[in-house]
Amino acid sequence: MRRSQVFSRKNILGLLIFTAILVLINFLPLDNYYRKIINLSYIYITLALSLNLINGYTGLFSLGHYGFMAIGAYTTAILTMPPEAKDAYYNIEPIYEWLKNFNMPLIPALIVSGILAAILGFLIALPVLRLNDDYLAIASMGFAEIILVLIRTQFRITNGALGLKGIPRVDSYYLYGGVALVMIIFMLLLTNSTKGKSLVAIREDEIAARSVGINAYLYKVISFTIGSFWAGVGGGLMAVMVGTVNQMQFTFQLTFNILLIVVLGGMGKIWGTVVAAVIVTSALELMRFLDEPMNFGIFQDGLPGLRMVVFSLLLMIVVIGRTKLKGRKSRA
Amino acid sequence: MLKVNDLHISYGGIKAVRGLNMTIEDNKIVTLIGANGAGKSSTLRAIMGQVPKTSGQVLFGDQDITNLHTRDIVKEGIALVPEGRHVFPNLTVKENLILGGYTIQDQSAIAERLENAYELFPILKERSWQKAGTLSGGEQQMLAVARGLMIRPKLLMLDEPSLGLAPILINEIFEIIKTIHAQGNTILLIEQNAKKALEIADYAYVLETGSLALEGTGPELLHNEKVQAAYLGEQKS
Repeated sequence: MRRSQVFSRKNILGLLIFTAILVLINFLPLDNYYRKIINLSYIYITLALSLNLINGYTGLFSLGHYGFMAIGAYTTAILTMPPEAKDAYYNIEPIYEWLKNFNMPLIPALIVSGILAAILGFLIALPVLRLNDDYLAIASMGFAEIILVLIRTQFRITNGALGLKGIPRVDSYYLYGGVALVMIIFMLLLTNSTKGKSLVAIREDEIAARSVGINAYLYKVISFTIGSFWAGVGGGLMAVMVGTVNQMQFTFQLTFNILLIVVLGGMGKIWGTVVAAVIVTSALELMRFLDEPMNFGIFQDGLPGLRMVVFSLLLMIVVIGRTKLKGRKSRA
Repeated sequence: MLKVNDLHISYGGIKAVRGLNMTIEDNKIVTLIGANGAGKSSTLRAIMGQVPKTSGQVLFGDQDITNLHTRDIVKEGIALVPEGRHVFPNLTVKENLILGGYTIQDQSAIAERLENAYELFPILKERSWQKAGTLSGGEQQMLAVARGLMIRPKLLMLDEPSLGLAPILINEIFEIIKTIHAQGNTILLIEQNAKKALEIADYAYVLETGSLALEGTGPELLHNEKVQAAYLGEQKS
């Protein structure tokens, strides 16, 4: 639409701050635990923005994001695990011979993960995007479950329910933060283009969007496919951060966490999503002390699960506060 | 310019339009009037390719557009301003207008037409950075019309532009329609406000439960007793 809108003062400032943090954080002497929280925040930024593209910008209520993340995580894992590790860890049935020696460096592996997730996203989008709202949510979740069932049963590719271990771990702010930065720039460019505005137009009023000649269905499919691509990349990053993948990681809870970030950050808002990703990720981790034994007078022992209780309460307060302050329909 | 031959539309088992014939000539204002449920909006949506036609044919110039997609019909040069305005509430006025020119590749043409729109509707220029949802009803209707004009349509179809507007604004909207017509545009207007519509129309069709009841020039129908009794609320004394 207008070049200058992409590089508005707000966006430039945001990008500068983000880059500054990305560089300067290297000089802080942090232990492994905090490094992990920071990297996880970066990954959640990428994932939340990809879901925001689908849910927030295009208005497609998809809950199947975790399926595409699983695809990405497994693809990256298989592509980066050295053959010896594959020999060692495929305990149920050995991995297919052709896959065993199929290795590539991390960045190409991440891109392949994204592409695979995107292809799958495209195939799923074709039937699912004929539906709207709640039906779309249910159908997209159903497809994500199908993906997970396939992962659980294809022993020779995924090692089934045992999951994969021995993935070369990467501990670098620049990898996770860099991908998040690329994602932010991508979203800024996309959402300020006429194509991006067309997505918003579809969300706002599909009848009117079609009346001005926008091919609504095609745009929805494209948006879903791009979102799936980044979900795949994000899933791949999770795999190399933790060093293991297991189908148990990819539950509906995961989509829910990301959806939470999107809702808190604002549907269709980029910087809001970035900030919310950092806050939610850190809050979930930093409140772990609540699960430890504490002395409340009555409760002497630990209260496992108290963390989630407090988190949910905080969440309700925040969401109600936001609604009151800005009105329910405040989407950009 | 536009010719509708024996158009039938049904929703499930319900027949909304049965056997409509209609011709719209160049540079004319043609109006389609009728009560609720007579099939006016269905006809427009069918022309636009937004609801399936059971049978019939729509010719635009020499071209058969019966089975084209909406987006291709827009490219052919028909713009529909949908009933109830349907602006994009969380986009700015300017973004709304630019999306109106979605099918146009030429950026300089879009800029030029944006200026034309602002000339026709000065209020939209004032509000160009405002979100469309914050505009008043009348302003939203103007925006919807201006958005339709962005493609420089050969045929502009307006679906009840006076819906839900105050009388003073209705007059303004009809003035605007006359202005647009004077600039050499062909207009197909749907209205419940039959009197106003007939006053400015060159030719008019009266729909009754899906079929054509009457047709004639605007003044003719304005003085037709049946029309007066049914739509204009005037009793023969």
